[in-house]
Amino acid sequence: MKSGDRVKVSSKGRTYEGVLMPSTTDCIVIKLDNGYNIGIKNPEEIIVLEEKSEKITEKEEKFAITELTKPEIAILSTGGTIASKVDYRTGAVTSQFDAQDILTEIPELMELARFRAKLVYNILSENMKPEYWIKLARAVYEEIEKEAYGIIITHGTDTMTYSAAAISFMLRTPVPIVFVGSQRSSDRPSSDSAMNAICASKVAVSDIGEVCVVMHGTSSDDYCLVHRGCKVRKMHTSRRDAFKSINAHPIALVRYPSLDIQKISEYKKRGEEKLKIMDRLEDKCALVKYTPGAEPDIIDFYVDKGYRGIVIEGTGLGHVGEHWIPSIKRAVEEDVVMVITSQCLFGRVCDRVYDTGRDMLRAGVIEGEDMLPEVALVKLMWLLGNYSTEEAKKLVNVNIAGEISERSLHDYYTIK
Amino acid sequence: MEFIKDPEELDYNSLGLVAGLEIHQQLKTSHKLFCRCPLVLNPVEESSYELLRYLRAGKGELGETDVAALTEVKKAKKHIYKGYDTTCLVENDEEPPSVLNTEALELTLLIAKMLHSTPVDQVHTMRKTVVDGSNTTGFQRTALVAMDGWIESSMGRVGIETICLEEEACQKVEERGSEVVWSLDRLGIPLVEICTSPDLKTPEHVKEVALKIGMLLRSTRKVRRGIGTIRQDVNVSVRDGARVEIKGVQELGLIDRVVAYEAMRQHNLLVIRDILRKRNASVRDTIYDITDVFSSTRSKVLKKAGKPIVAIVLEKFGGLVGCEIQPNRRFGSELADYARSMGVGGIFHTDELPSYGITDEEVMRVRERVDAGEEDCVVFVCGPRAYQAIEAVRERAKHAIFGIPNETRRALPDGCTSYMRPLPGAARMYPETDVPPVDVDFEWFESLELPETLEERVENLTSYGISSEMAHQLVDSEMDDLFEEILEEVGGVRGEVSSTVIARTLTSTLSELRREGVDVARITHEHLRDVIKAVANGMMAKEGIPELLKKIAETRASVGELLSEVRKEEVDVEGLIRKVVEERKEFVLDRGEMALGPLMGVVMKELRGKVDGKVVSQILKKVIEGTIEYAGKKR
Repeated sequence: MKSGDRVKVSSKGRTYEGVLMPSTTDCIVIKLDNGYNIGIKNPEEIIVLEEKSEKITEKEEKFAITELTKPEIAILSTGGTIASKVDYRTGAVTSQFDAQDILTEIPELMELARFRAKLVYNILSENMKPEYWIKLARAVYEEIEKEAYGIIITHGTDTMTYSAAAISFMLRTPVPIVFVGSQRSSDRPSSDSAMNAICASKVAVSDIGEVCVVMHGTSSDDYCLVHRGCKVRKMHTSRRDAFKSINAHPIALVRYPSLDIQKISEYKKRGEEKLKIMDRLEDKCALVKYTPGAEPDIIDFYVDKGYRGIVIEGTGLGHVGEHWIPSIKRAVEEDVVMVITSQCLFGRVCDRVYDTGRDMLRAGVIEGEDMLPEVALVKLMWLLGNYSTEEAKKLVNVNIAGEISERSLHDYYTIK
Repeated sequence: MEFIKDPEELDYNSLGLVAGLEIHQQLKTSHKLFCRCPLVLNPVEESSYELLRYLRAGKGELGETDVAALTEVKKAKKHIYKGYDTTCLVENDEEPPSVLNTEALELTLLIAKMLHSTPVDQVHTMRKTVVDGSNTTGFQRTALVAMDGWIESSMGRVGIETICLEEEACQKVEERGSEVVWSLDRLGIPLVEICTSPDLKTPEHVKEVALKIGMLLRSTRKVRRGIGTIRQDVNVSVRDGARVEIKGVQELGLIDRVVAYEAMRQHNLLVIRDILRKRNASVRDTIYDITDVFSSTRSKVLKKAGKPIVAIVLEKFGGLVGCEIQPNRRFGSELADYARSMGVGGIFHTDELPSYGITDEEVMRVRERVDAGEEDCVVFVCGPRAYQAIEAVRERAKHAIFGIPNETRRALPDGCTSYMRPLPGAARMYPETDVPPVDVDFEWFESLELPETLEERVENLTSYGISSEMAHQLVDSEMDDLFEEILEEVGGVRGEVSSTVIARTLTSTLSELRREGVDVARITHEHLRDVIKAVANGMMAKEGIPELLKKIAETRASVGELLSEVRKEEVDVEGLIRKVVEERKEFVLDRGEMALGPLMGVVMKELRGKVDGKVVSQILKKVIEGTIEYAGKKR
């Protein structure tokens, strides 16, 4: 007896007929002919009426329709909810489609470009690791070498901005590299995945030569925003417009369904950069959040473990309690690069204003300017992977991929 | 078989009429089914935000895409949702639903118990694909709670197949072209859906059982009341006919007529089918662009409808498209419904032409162009979506030779129905993985106490010494519990305030005030309780109740505040009584001491209950006596 079999279940003097479904509890679950699932506890008898037919549904090949004159985009799939469906084993939404399925689901994409698709890996966003960023960077590099006109990377939203930051540092790109995902899974009629993917494709054939994230700009299906890959953060657990540019303006917006692109801020143009990859990352880097009264043991622990870089998410302008200073000092003495950022997220750190800050600077902390803490972490991994410690220290507060805004503009801060 | 023009001529038994009911009733719970939002409906003007969305057809868990879902998506509509302070991200489809509301589930189980149904051991919430925009998610969350029950009727037991707990959909505010405006406040209100077996045999039987289930639901006292809070859908079929689900029968009084007219429609369509077969009729697949035939037409209707104009030929259908199948609805109306569902205004067909300013000559040119004979019927539609529309018409026409399509139809105010969409299949259900299943254990179900039926309730209330009519009113307005509570608080039937006064205050007094235009919604149960208590404590007279309630509605003040205000006013009771008596001196002299009764009413009204009736009566009696005495002396 297995899921999909047609069964007859007897329980408490009644019989139920339907298709056996996977269950995560002690009840057996069947799908009745009216479409409803019900759970039956301790059934007296289950008879298999018909075994599940192993029908192989043939995939429709529609790709030939697209005109050859259109530019070709490479879609790299990494998993995530832009390509997901219901998993019976766990009863939850998981990634299951490969990149080609996306085109079958969203035929409008074919009006914009030709597509080639590649499944780089299929993992849940929360299971992402730096080693996958390297794999992804190499896959993107390869596609650009093979003359992809633009790159789309489908990614789960939870850790999308970490990956976007990583790719921003690892690659100098002549073409758009667009990260896209969805906040409502693509198995729903109301999913944001189709619109996000369509807008992302528009950006992938545009003149924007940068790594960016394209997601809903509002809760409505009216436009998507194009965020710079290392200036964006997921700021809401569930809303469609969860992604916000922090300490920067978005690059542009894409109206839907007209797909008009409206420029918002300056960006690198297509072809401005030459393709280059620097794909080493130092794993031994950590992000530590300081909270009132927290002991500095964590810093000592990382230093003892041989970590080479630590980003601290401090309070306000970028502070930790005085009692952390000896540990920081020791870390710096042991050649660990210490970077301070702020848990305010908005604004720039400045450790010259208060005594504690000045003591931190004296202990050897480097100010992370207006970088997001997670971006600072990824940057540190990249710096320590590709440069000497001394060089890395010098580059921490130098803008490399748009991660640091030179000026803090009044309307960067827009939260109500 | 012959055409039937009057439903009176229908013999339901020989027609093989089979009908079933689907009753949807909103539940009165403290919050919505999958979030903590209150069950509050707002005027659209109070909307505080708005969302714009498009929906796409999803795939059912078995990999098939539902026909009904596909049809909606083909129409590609823009949906605008109006949100309020009383709605949250769950209604917006921007936050996963919370767990199933236990209060709503328990109430559904109680209803299941009343209908002799067996609950499932574990309730699974499903997503039922609905892409017409009425749900922001593109699906309605629904769970099967119980099965296999029954209800007694005059024609024997009627089976209750399923009892489901669902979320209510958005209310449609308006539709403007390809844009639909919805209100989010109704979305998520718990809804119980009761489906009977197809055991209903006549239109009257359908009505009887619908009424009976309605009464049963109300006896739980936990269902919402008022327009739109209960809706009946009815499934109707006749032998060889189709399964047709009729939605939105607003008035219960209309349900028997809807069933009768549907039986008639199916019968007449079968008559048409037989004629078509006898004629060896068929539908030609070719779609003809006949736009140029009307390039210089004078028909305003045609010009307004737009371009292109496309036609199909229904071979040997001539005369039948104009046949009446329901009062004022012809076979052509059926075809037109399909065309409209694809976004055109309607159809033109040669059975009804020349008309609409289309000339005989133009009709001839059309026939010529599409190579149609005298016995054929040519149907054409106009406008930007003409091709999609004519395809839908063509498929419907083909079905006429085969039989009657299974459909979801909309009830019209006159009892007829029009096509809405194809009947949805089971493919549109897949699990709502965001909501964990809920176990229904035996002890829980056993422990649920059945409420009194409404009849029993009325009977019991009359034992407090109120009339059965009053008891009915109390039950009908759901004031009966409050009545009992207040009565007990003021000392029961032998207490200071008579049960009739309490009952009247809760029923007729409130409805009279409502009729006067007083906003009685502002009068809370607490207010009513305090008013009666004030009467019981002698702080005011019972005659003053309406006036005080009116003040409460106006000022929202408490009873205590209003009474202390009244006491501050210096009332010269005796002076007022003297004035009243003086003004009616002739009446008093004429009636003598018998004038006391009528004048009592006048004085109490003037005093608006500020003074106790007993006191007034004493003074009035004294004054009347004095007046008579004085007059006697004068004489």
